Amino acid sequence: MGGRMVDFAGWAMPLDYGSIKAEHLAVRQGAGLFDVSHMGEFWIEGPEALAFLEYVTTNKAARLKPGRAQYTMFPNASGGVVDDAYLYRPDDARYLLVVNAANVAKDWDHLQALSRDFDVRLTDRSDETALLALQGPKAAELLRDLCDADLGAYKKNAVFFARVAGREAMLARTGYTGEDGFEIFLKPEDAAHVFTALREAGATPAGLGARDTLRLEMGFPLYGHELDDATNPLCTPYAWVVKDKPFFGRDAIFGQACETRLVGLVLERGVPREGYPVVSGGEEVGRVTSGTLSPVLGRGIALAWVKSEVLEDEADLAVMVRGREHPARVHPLPFIRR
Amino acid sequence: MNVPADRKYRNSHEWAKLEGEVVTVGITDYAQHELGDVVYVELPEVGREVEAGEAVAVVESVKTASDIYAPVSGEVVEVNGALEESPERVNEDPYGEGWLFKIRPKDPSEYEGLLDPDAYLKVLEEEG
Repeated sequence: MGGRMVDFAGWAMPLDYGSIKAEHLAVRQGAGLFDVSHMGEFWIEGPEALAFLEYVTTNKAARLKPGRAQYTMFPNASGGVVDDAYLYRPDDARYLLVVNAANVAKDWDHLQALSRDFDVRLTDRSDETALLALQGPKAAELLRDLCDADLGAYKKNAVFFARVAGREAMLARTGYTGEDGFEIFLKPEDAAHVFTALREAGATPAGLGARDTLRLEMGFPLYGHELDDATNPLCTPYAWVVKDKPFFGRDAIFGQACETRLVGLVLERGVPREGYPVVSGGEEVGRVTSGTLSPVLGRGIALAWVKSEVLEDEADLAVMVRGREHPARVHPLPFIRR
Repeated sequence: MNVPADRKYRNSHEWAKLEGEVVTVGITDYAQHELGDVVYVELPEVGREVEAGEAVAVVESVKTASDIYAPVSGEVVEVNGALEESPERVNEDPYGEGWLFKIRPKDPSEYEGLLDPDAYLKVLEEEG
């Protein structure tokens, strides 16, 4: 297919299939197809599965009805983030956590250690699970002909089982692009067949490059950039994921003041990149964590940690691009209107 | 990979074409392909004196920013202002409408010292 391959967390992954921009716009306007089999999959079962998840994750797992999914995080003891994840509850008895590929080993150790006090069984099925993401306003229309489920019955964040192109799959109406779409969990041996069927039905193959620009336009975090073991999620736009309930690491998270905050920035000119300084009145007041030129806006956009005191003053901000100040303004997330 | 015979090259993937007293500079087909969709081009100021090998422009794709080096020393006499509105021309026509800037060389022998098309093709083979 002519994919440009890159190493990502030990996986050979397509950065693009020719054009990040074309793939990005295909997802915004039509349907794009990602192979995200590198993601980690942990199943959680047992009488205390829910109690365990309530303890280790920040979101309210107890609100998750069978057949639903939610975004969540697991904090460490010092108020940082071990990983962000999606939690799926396909039926009464089981939960599935989908975690970042780069964090599989770290997450597993963390969850295993905390699971000892619970009557719960964790299984790492990362190697036995392939994952495709069909994303875009035309995703449902395209999938309808290849899937034996009534897709209209499944709204955003629904989880269900069906056959796709004749192969058994677990599907979720989720994704990380800001568009409607489906994540399709498959046996590895079925993935190529289903990928080909979706592509032949009109989905545009899309790589990691477009996945990154799509999530950034929505202001979604990417672990290792916006979130890490030392970032307090309450100081980010994702504070909504942290619920006021008892959980591991709670006191550390709620006990800290936010000296810096993660914000969205839009530039008039120039392209901000990770690591570029944010300045105000000639002083460095922050750093860009992710930046790109938004294919939809045609403007440079960034997520950046900026000193809270500067944000309160609505000071003039700029991003240093190769030694030159490019004026920037704080922008609410997402960057694009949905 | 398209490497026109009517110009010279740098191993950092710029092309240079001498016409009259002025050298036009751009990036090669290989370079635009490696960069992917070009979304932003930063050009030098007209009148700036540059040295051969000096980073004088930046071509940015969705993914990355890449320095563009002056193939010869001299004065920047013109830049391709159309790229501000249409940076994608660098991808569409790297050897034509996607040119970046023009230099009036200080020392004509510098141009002769650049890679000829065969030598540049060897560079591409080595980069595989």
